[in-house]
Amino acid sequence: MSLDQIVDGLSEVSCDVLVIGGGTAGPMAALKAKLKNPKANVVLLEKANVKRSGAISMGMDGLNNAVIPGYATPEQYTKEITIANDGIVDQKAVYKYAQNCYSIIEELDSFGIRFLKNENGDYAVKKVHHIGTYVLPMPNGETVKKALYRQLRRARILISNRYMATRLLKSADGRIAGAISVNTRTAEMLVIKAKAVILCMGAAGRLGLPTSGYMFGTYENAANSGDGYSMAYHAGAALANLECYQINPLIKDYNGPACAYVAGPFGAFTANNEGSRFIECDYWSGQMMLEFYNELLSGKGPVFLQLKHLHPDTISEIESTLHKVERPTRGLFQQGRGVDYRSESIEMHISEIGFCSGHSASGVFVDDNARTTVPGLYAAGDMASVPHNYMLGAFTNGSVAGLDAMEFADNHDFAEFDAADVASERDRVMAPTKREDGIPPNQIEYKTRRLVNDYLQPPKVTRKYELGMRRLAEAREDMQERMIARNAHELLRALEVQSIMDCADMAVHASLYREESRWGLYHWRTDFPEKDNENWFCHTLLSKQDGKMTSEKRAVEPYIVPIADDEKDLYDKQRIRATA
Amino acid sequence: MPLASYQTSVPVVVDDAKCIADKGCTVCVDVCPLDVLRISDMTNKAYMAYDECWYCMPCEADCPTGAVTVNIPYLLR
Repeated sequence: MSLDQIVDGLSEVSCDVLVIGGGTAGPMAALKAKLKNPKANVVLLEKANVKRSGAISMGMDGLNNAVIPGYATPEQYTKEITIANDGIVDQKAVYKYAQNCYSIIEELDSFGIRFLKNENGDYAVKKVHHIGTYVLPMPNGETVKKALYRQLRRARILISNRYMATRLLKSADGRIAGAISVNTRTAEMLVIKAKAVILCMGAAGRLGLPTSGYMFGTYENAANSGDGYSMAYHAGAALANLECYQINPLIKDYNGPACAYVAGPFGAFTANNEGSRFIECDYWSGQMMLEFYNELLSGKGPVFLQLKHLHPDTISEIESTLHKVERPTRGLFQQGRGVDYRSESIEMHISEIGFCSGHSASGVFVDDNARTTVPGLYAAGDMASVPHNYMLGAFTNGSVAGLDAMEFADNHDFAEFDAADVASERDRVMAPTKREDGIPPNQIEYKTRRLVNDYLQPPKVTRKYELGMRRLAEAREDMQERMIARNAHELLRALEVQSIMDCADMAVHASLYREESRWGLYHWRTDFPEKDNENWFCHTLLSKQDGKMTSEKRAVEPYIVPIADDEKDLYDKQRIRATA
Repeated sequence: MPLASYQTSVPVVVDDAKCIADKGCTVCVDVCPLDVLRISDMTNKAYMAYDECWYCMPCEADCPTGAVTVNIPYLLR
């Protein structure tokens, strides 16, 4: 029988801790859970293949947020992220990350992942952020996934590749009971009972449509279609600050990082078409993105990353990193366009929107133990709400989630779920395969994401959002009533579109709820152009209540690292002031 | 509504002379994050079955015989 042919089947397995998503946070969560209780069964479920899945499929060029003794303190880092995220931060989780991340670096080092050291043998940390110094290059960053995979095999984690989780199961009293998944190559369904579940399913990176028109030409790994956000929503978990979109400054058309974090410490900078700097700091924040946007529209665009003023040896060094790690086809792309960094600057552009707490703050709400609002359900990495946490945050918070989830599993038995939930989910999943005639998933996806660009891309205009909501509702009706999938691979895409549609709806709802502007470009509402600390210095939590999408305010927890009044707006002063 | 097939020039190219999928190798198919590569029933060689590419490179990097080449998808080239 050939691959992709649909098989009607349903089986059930059980485990103590189920980790969904084998990218960055997931492998670390699974590893920590298993090492905490080696007798327990830990299953790592992955839509692709753990060997090469997720944001770090081809490795990573460095740590963007390393808090290393001698260079930075947890207090400094917590302060910087609080200011960068416009104050809307529960500092406890950020502080805990900042305290723990150094031990995770040492652990990664013991796995064989090397970090740049200077002649004295100290970590060679670089400054990219506005205030502190946290960027640590990884000379063999292309080996990250291989090193992790070795650890998973050694610890005997049970890995199930090519299974896409679609819904979570809960007991009548609201506790997590497991998950339902579907094989992406046969469409056979698998129910996994679990005492605790950890969601590590990455960003919602396929939300907006890249300007190239190529649906998979996204910044995030295009497999990250927001399935985790959608599943958490349908399970009744709260999602935080979804209106704080992810929008990145990227290589135009290629849609990958240029990358200022790598090149900046060597002297590269973001320039306008006059070759002048216009932003103080290349660290990605909403405030920085707003200045980037303003420059593009000012007549001084396009915007470039400029390296050509650097020494040729320096450029070669930067090139060897950019063209080997994270997105190695950058070299091929520039070569195809005849761009040599020695003579020409790299044309940059603004990306489409997405959700990703790894860079901004839009994620499933978690506390400092990575617990969501559903008992027994955890989240870590790009989809959990700890802001600006990048790869090292995914590892560190994945570790926190793994340890706490195993403790939960040790103290609870399996929760009972209703068999009817499995039956109705099976009907929903298989529905596109039962129709003879209809619209293929790629057309529904293209239209949905094109609507996201047309109506949801900031600046956010209330009237546009209202129209966007109507158009999306029409696309949703087509998706639910008319979408067809003729083989298992198309069914995978059909299920992903449903996640994308859920994320689009959540983006609209969350954005309309917060009636102010905050986080620079990420949540710039033209009808409410000012920051309104009196009414909106709070998180917003979105959740499904009685079947309806609902938003509410949640107070920011009292700071543990105080921020002085004259520090609060440091990230608002991104534009370089003209000097007389 | 009837469906039409849509022509597209795919970014991942496999050199059949070097590909050893006919000997049982499935490395590129296994590692692809978007699951777009398949082994042809006719040639028993790997090929790109779906034009849904993140131009990320595991297929090329992990191929044991150097048979796979990732190009930039035409629309963003």
